[in-house]
Amino acid sequence: MLTKRIIPCLDVKEGRVVKGVQFVDLRDAGDPVELAAFYDEQGADELVFLDISASHEGRETMVDVVEQVAGTLAIPFTVGGGINALSDMKRILRAGADKVSLNTAAVLRPELIKEGADFFGSQCIVVAIDAKWDEALDSWRVYTHGGRKATDREVIAWAKEAVSLGAGEILLTSMDEDGEKSGFAIELTKAVSEAVSVPVIASGGAGNQEHFETVFTDGKADAALAASIFHYKETSVEEVKTYLRGKGLPIR
Amino acid sequence: MIGIIDYGMGNLHSVTKALERLGHVPFVSEHAEELSKADQLILPGVGSFKDGMAELEARGLDVFVKQWAEDGKPLLGICLGMQLLFDESQENGLTKGLALLPGSVVKFQEGVAKVPHMGWNQLSFRQKTHEILKDVKEGHVYFVHSYFVQTKNDEVLVATTDYADAVVPAVVAKDSVWATQFHPEKSSGVGMSMLKNFVEQKGGVRVE
Repeated sequence: MLTKRIIPCLDVKEGRVVKGVQFVDLRDAGDPVELAAFYDEQGADELVFLDISASHEGRETMVDVVEQVAGTLAIPFTVGGGINALSDMKRILRAGADKVSLNTAAVLRPELIKEGADFFGSQCIVVAIDAKWDEALDSWRVYTHGGRKATDREVIAWAKEAVSLGAGEILLTSMDEDGEKSGFAIELTKAVSEAVSVPVIASGGAGNQEHFETVFTDGKADAALAASIFHYKETSVEEVKTYLRGKGLPIR
Repeated sequence: MIGIIDYGMGNLHSVTKALERLGHVPFVSEHAEELSKADQLILPGVGSFKDGMAELEARGLDVFVKQWAEDGKPLLGICLGMQLLFDESQENGLTKGLALLPGSVVKFQEGVAKVPHMGWNQLSFRQKTHEILKDVKEGHVYFVHSYFVQTKNDEVLVATTDYADAVVPAVVAKDSVWATQFHPEKSSGVGMSMLKNFVEQKGGVRVE
């Protein structure tokens, strides 16, 4: 049986791992290559690196990080952040990443998804969606630019469009829950997971082991991503997996 | 010496890095003449079957790989590199493959489960004594694919997994030709052990 994946996420800025609460107030949480090896040993099923460097130098540093991680890890990893063109995808994938994650650039120019999928195959292309509930519009809206900019896109429709263009996976972050540790956005995750044919990674809100259980059972997520609770050792990948196994979920 | 066949289809870096972690120094080439100097060859690859065959043919590597296998030399196909070893694929219209192994590559049934089959799935061993499974646990390995092999000859099945109501060949082998549908280089200890068994093989079936 296909197992539910647990994915630690490392936000990388200028070569170092940091993590914000609701996308601001960054704190340094360590060296990406060391952390990657640590999570691999703990049984992480996959890793995601989000490059949040603002500078060109930061981006170049990321390529080095990807090369080092690829030389250490025997599990898949995805790199997102600052990927705006096919040339960016080539650079990151050739440095050894297994997948790239597109966010703002895909919203601004959806054909980028198709270009990537045609060149590398859908399995390499993750589309990341930052979602926030809009009370007035009574729907989830897509945000870009690290959650700073609202768009006129609705989340479910965008997820479907991304998949039709060739996205092999959706990385869905609930901005309402991100950094709050009060649980994943179950309704949102379920709605997207049922709307698309590809795997959905739920992100934002992980605070304890029960939250992972709920997002897999009620939220119908295929994978769950978390950062702070793993980085600050509030729980470990191992503990979460042992708990989920005990609840009868398929876990590696 | 291990040669990695470069035919423009995908991530050679991860396979190279995995072999380096095992203490080997593989070389990557798209030229049959250079590749013929290797002791063992790996045919990796991600992407579509049709493109993969076209790229092999454009470099004359289809003929070379077939001859290599017919000479009984060790070959490991990975992911698309495994599918290409079979007779044909339905992906983007029927395309002929290398026909070193019997079977067709077909798409997962729609609506049963998510496609691609992406993530860690459990192996079931069919030939516990095959050399590729030496000291390998019947654990989980990392799959990413939308098409899978259907074979009429179950003798090539070394290990399978279950997905979308189908029995999915995960490890196949016939003589010196071995292949995995999953990515051993991305499958932690289980996958790395299989890669190690390929590069350190003594040939054929292991003696218990």
